[in-house]
Amino acid sequence: MLKSPATHSSTAPVTSDKAKSKAERSESGFWLNAKDKYYAWIFLGPSLLILGVFIFYPMFRTLYLSLFLTNTVGKPTVFVGLSNYINLLTSADYLSSLGVTMVYVLAVTVITIALGLILANYASKQLAGIGIFRTLFSATMGVSVSVAAIFWLFIFNPSTGFLALVSNWLHLPQINWLTDPGWAMLAVIITTVWMNLGFTFLILLGAMQSVPTTLYEAASIEGATPRYQLFHITIPMISPTLFFVSIITLIEGFKSFGLIDLMTKGGPTNATNMLVYRIYKDAFYSGNYAQASAESLILTVIIAIFTLIQFKVLEKRVNY
Amino acid sequence: MSISLRNVRKDYDQQTKVLEKVSAEVQTGEFFVIVGPSGCGKSTLLRMIAGLTPITDGEVRINDRVVNELPPKARKLTMVFQNYALYPFLSVWDNVAFGLKARKLSQSDVQNRVNNALKMVNLTDFKNRKPRELSGGQRQRVALARAVASDADICLMDEPLSNLDAQLRIRMRQEIYNLQRKLGLTLIYVTHDQVEAMTMADHIMVLNDQHVQQIGTPAEIYQHPANEFVAQFFGTPQINILPAKRSAENSHLLTVGSNDMQVALNEEVPADQLRIGVRPDELTISRADSVDSNAVVKNTEFLGNETIVYATLNSGDNVRAVLPGQVNFRGYEPIKVQVGSHLLFFNNDGERIGLTKEEAVHA
Ligand SMILES: Nc1ncnc2c1ncn2[C@@H]1O[C@H](COP(=O)(O)OP(=O)(O)OP(=O)(O)O)[C@@H](O)[C@H]1O
Ligand SMILES: [Mg+2]
Repeated sequence: MLKSPATHSSTAPVTSDKAKSKAERSESGFWLNAKDKYYAWIFLGPSLLILGVFIFYPMFRTLYLSLFLTNTVGKPTVFVGLSNYINLLTSADYLSSLGVTMVYVLAVTVITIALGLILANYASKQLAGIGIFRTLFSATMGVSVSVAAIFWLFIFNPSTGFLALVSNWLHLPQINWLTDPGWAMLAVIITTVWMNLGFTFLILLGAMQSVPTTLYEAASIEGATPRYQLFHITIPMISPTLFFVSIITLIEGFKSFGLIDLMTKGGPTNATNMLVYRIYKDAFYSGNYAQASAESLILTVIIAIFTLIQFKVLEKRVNY
Repeated sequence: MSISLRNVRKDYDQQTKVLEKVSAEVQTGEFFVIVGPSGCGKSTLLRMIAGLTPITDGEVRINDRVVNELPPKARKLTMVFQNYALYPFLSVWDNVAFGLKARKLSQSDVQNRVNNALKMVNLTDFKNRKPRELSGGQRQRVALARAVASDADICLMDEPLSNLDAQLRIRMRQEIYNLQRKLGLTLIYVTHDQVEAMTMADHIMVLNDQHVQQIGTPAEIYQHPANEFVAQFFGTPQINILPAKRSAENSHLLTVGSNDMQVALNEEVPADQLRIGVRPDELTISRADSVDSNAVVKNTEFLGNETIVYATLNSGDNVRAVLPGQVNFRGYEPIKVQVGSHLLFFNNDGERIGLTKEEAVHA
């Protein structure tokens, strides 16, 4: 191709243009020029606004309030530093709430995962009529907390409940499921597990069905029992999913509120007074917003720690 | 460990009937190859021997004991799957050890067997790798090591080489063959590759259309195929099957095509119509002027040491011929095609009939 003189002459202004824009950039650092800034704010604005109003502001407000004493309408009065936290962590009452929550969360997670595994393992076998079981097992997914609570309140009812009838019939002593401090926790755990099971079951079943069947066939030829196959093939193969559902269950457990409110209201004698329910009572019954804020932050930290631990522990076994 | 199949049948349901009347005897230490086109039920048959798929009817015997109802693990065999069935989360070593640990063998026993098996397939250096860190051939060898370590006398393989490239396939073919001989395995090997079947087998079973077409040694299968299907399945390029007629004047004489070639038999031609099979390397081709010729060249393929000639006879039948070395023909060049001395004769149902040829007579 021939180069015309015009092309040559036109190179001069181009370079000077480049030089100018370079100078402009170095002058203003990484900041955008006015017009770009305008667009940046237009695009980012709405989401920043929403995040700010609904996430960042409440978060920082909570942190802020937790360092003060507050009056009954939630206005900060006296700055007290960390003493809200210190009070909480030295209060036997709060520590017992913490303990109760731990028991609840761990029990719910372990039992849900274990039962989910057993049911999914059973349902993943190609047996006759398994479709009905799959539907039944996963049915609880569509049940709301309030419906579940009412359903189980009926079952646990000490005079007319299903469990009462059964124990009557078997001549076993009556249990006051929801009013006996020794049993209330178990009742709440059972209900939560029942509610979680549908979701867990479906997710685990999906994961199990994606494991290649030849792995099981090879194992059965080599003499591995179904039980051995469950522990040495299925569980390792679905460990990423197992990890996922256990984190979800755990975090959901910490956040449990509706069920407690509907079934036990934290009682009897604080036996099921979980952290979230406690925050709710402290803030909206006692009007102690400062303390509730401190509790919220502690809960956030706990959930973060558990999530981290789970990531670390399962990371090794999940990766293959 | 001998295996015997007696009138085995398999229907998946009323519509899908896969196998019927399959009978075979596999002797101890034999390399037995099951071959057939895709979908003919090779895998199904193998899985029935392994106990992974129930048998609809008939008997499978291992060492003269009926095993129809025996679960896979009680049959004392191993199986190499087409996709290798390696556990992705276990190292090579643990993959090989899996079955041994499942059977609760002593730790030292497991150690010994796994190490020996890995040594045998040259994978000792890779024992800590995960399957995804291996090449296809190495994965294949892990699967073989698993079979070796299990110490079972019967090994079943389902198209173990089909995922490998041509070069590696040839090498692994050798390795499997050597391993089978060294360990004295009774090996049942499924493939749809006729070359694998021919090169490795002691006996070949040809399956097609729900039935066993033929069982025999590679030589028998190639030289005396039971029917047209078997004749066409083995050998590249494919055998030529040409229609033939009994000559009106001489009942010992067969006319192939439209008077193009004539074949004299030692006996009377048994039917008005039959078909002859000629291997491509049994055809001779000579240049001819248009008066003498009985065919025209359509196409040639030069393969280095030989040339494949595709030609159309005056009768309209297409033939393939293999000529040694490089041979050049013009397109539509007239040629004269002659049949050699090795001919196969098939009746109209495609079954081979035993006739002997006297000599080739050319019109
Ligand atoms: N579980 C099943 N249910 C119904 N039909 C099946 C089932 N498994 C296989 N078949 C059918 O049985 C026939 C034989 O299948 P099979 O897998 O044994 O063929 P194959 O000879 O191994 O073929 P390929 O060479 O492609 O592996 C096929 O037509 C297939 O569709
Ligand atoms: Mg197959």
